[in-house]
Amino acid sequence: MTAIFEHFNFVVVIVLMMTGLFVVFATQNMIKKLVGLSVFQTSVFLLYISLSKVSGGQPPIIDKKDLHGASYPADGGYDAAPDSAYQAAEVLYSNPLPHVLILTAIVVGVATLAIGLALVVRVREVYGTIEDDEINKIDYNENLEGVAR
Amino acid sequence: MQVMSLFPEWILSHGAASIVVVPLLLAVITALNPSAKLAWATVLGVTALCVFTALGLLLQVMSYGPIHYNMGGWAPPLGIGYYIDGLNAPLLLLISVVAFLCTLYALPSVIAEVEPKKRGPFYAAFLISLAGLLGMVTTADAFNVFVFLEVSSISTYVLVAMGASRDRRALSSSFNYLIMGSIGATFFVIGIGFLYMQTGTLNMMDMARLLQEIGPGDRVVQLAFAFIVIGLGLKLAMFPLHMWLPGAYAYAPSFFTAFLAATATKAALYLLLRFTFTVFDPSWDYIATAVMILLAGMGIAGMVAASLQAIFQNDIRRVLAYSSVAQVGYMLLGIGMATTLGLTAGYLHMINHAIMKGALFIAVGAFWYRFGITQVSDMRGLGKTMPWTMAGFTIAGISLIGVPGTVGFVSKLILVEAAAENGWWWAIGVIVATSILAIIYVGRMIEKAYFKPVPQINDRPVLRNEAPLAMLIPLWVLALASLVFGIQTEWLTSMAEAAAQVLSAGPNTDIPGGAYILPKVTGGH
Repeated sequence: MTAIFEHFNFVVVIVLMMTGLFVVFATQNMIKKLVGLSVFQTSVFLLYISLSKVSGGQPPIIDKKDLHGASYPADGGYDAAPDSAYQAAEVLYSNPLPHVLILTAIVVGVATLAIGLALVVRVREVYGTIEDDEINKIDYNENLEGVAR
Repeated sequence: MQVMSLFPEWILSHGAASIVVVPLLLAVITALNPSAKLAWATVLGVTALCVFTALGLLLQVMSYGPIHYNMGGWAPPLGIGYYIDGLNAPLLLLISVVAFLCTLYALPSVIAEVEPKKRGPFYAAFLISLAGLLGMVTTADAFNVFVFLEVSSISTYVLVAMGASRDRRALSSSFNYLIMGSIGATFFVIGIGFLYMQTGTLNMMDMARLLQEIGPGDRVVQLAFAFIVIGLGLKLAMFPLHMWLPGAYAYAPSFFTAFLAATATKAALYLLLRFTFTVFDPSWDYIATAVMILLAGMGIAGMVAASLQAIFQNDIRRVLAYSSVAQVGYMLLGIGMATTLGLTAGYLHMINHAIMKGALFIAVGAFWYRFGITQVSDMRGLGKTMPWTMAGFTIAGISLIGVPGTVGFVSKLILVEAAAENGWWWAIGVIVATSILAIIYVGRMIEKAYFKPVPQINDRPVLRNEAPLAMLIPLWVLALASLVFGIQTEWLTSMAEAAAQVLSAGPNTDIPGGAYILPKVTGGH
């Protein structure tokens, strides 16, 4: 039980990830497939964001008064014994990089979703349905005869 | 080297960045361009420039060794580094040359298949797709790989769906590709996330160095490897994950099918090679096992299953699409052997397959352009009605089978040698058996074209109607390339050997300016 709460972020990520994947594979409705895909992608965003949290770290915004004497830890990272220059700063920041990465990934996700929805609109216009199995059934006959409309 | 003086200064110093940035920037201008002709001319110019740049980069790599380029002047591992060596330089040239030839071919083909007002954006999407592929191959930053992967994929979904004016199945195929491709890319980015969790860096060389320190026992790194292999496996159409491929190849506009078939899976395969052999350590137990059992095993399964499926298809492009899955199997089999000879065979087959599949799909597009032919049964008499196109198709087709004197034979021969060296005698049997299957599915088309009478319309045989020159030139460049490199084998083989040398050298920890130690990320509590 404690293991679940110690790694609560991972539990959330895994639940969301599996839900999303399951929805993509289980449903035949194209819109629902896209919903599942979005949930799946969002779980990855959460994974990255929760990585960037450093225990006791504050938001990575540099205050002018912290600047004096602050320097990057030279070798070990946050766990290693801090050297004197680092001690002088006495500020621990959360890692800002994953946020930046995920901003990019969110944009990618939005673009994918937009293209997907646009495709669904076109599919609805042409096939008259957005159920994947019905479309496959229609396509199957065409694939056999090899002639499309 | 004397030939280097042919290239201007900026290619030698900024070629690595400009080959990606120029198509990306000009895509915007192309999209806004009201004239389709002008848009086409822009694309032709850009792709010609890419060929020139890629040639400069390849010669530079061959004479001075790997190129490190710091994007925006920020040194890796903090900044994004671009890295070009013997592994990706030939691939850059390959993608650029195929893009250039396909653009030549696009002029008549796009007019026939794409509505006038959509032509400008169509070319723009093609440039974005090209930039994405070139970026995937050039960059040395793992997250940047994901971004370029998605840039090329998203524009590919759009371009595949543009085939809807010709066949409505393009829409459902594009949607399937979107779902599978996004899952693949997301799996890849999960893998990168786990690697970042353990190493705190995104630069591939720095990652390789830190992974060496972490060692093979780390559970999270193992998980990252699994996610990356499956994610890239989806993108490169590894056998059971190939379901998106036949639809996407069969119903995309024929110009884009030729480009897609020749380049997209190759770029993903390059990433698999780069990650498996130079970021992770192939000597680690689980990686060696995965390479041997998963890659070679799935390669073999794909060769047999996809070749069999290709025989039973009616649509010409579906035959060739299933054959592509089978050919990816040959590449994976070579890579799965993990010996220098096996890697050479896999890499060489990657280049050769691009040459012959590009030619085949260009010819098939020309059949449709002149006679609206999509079915194998409709190919009757094409040897008389389109002799030059059909001759090019035949040369590429016999190369696909692996007849001596063509490129297909060279790579299959090296693959057989590599299998013999490993003692995998059964693999040789499978290679021969699937080549026989290739004789059946290619021979079926050639037989229809040359030995069946020309079809009659209103009691008169169909007249000779050759494809336009803009289609014949790229077709014959590729067809002749498959003959020339099949006889003059040294040039391509030495390039593949150089690439295999890079791969068998193990993890690449070569960071310019020495290692800079980043703070380790402690995540999640």
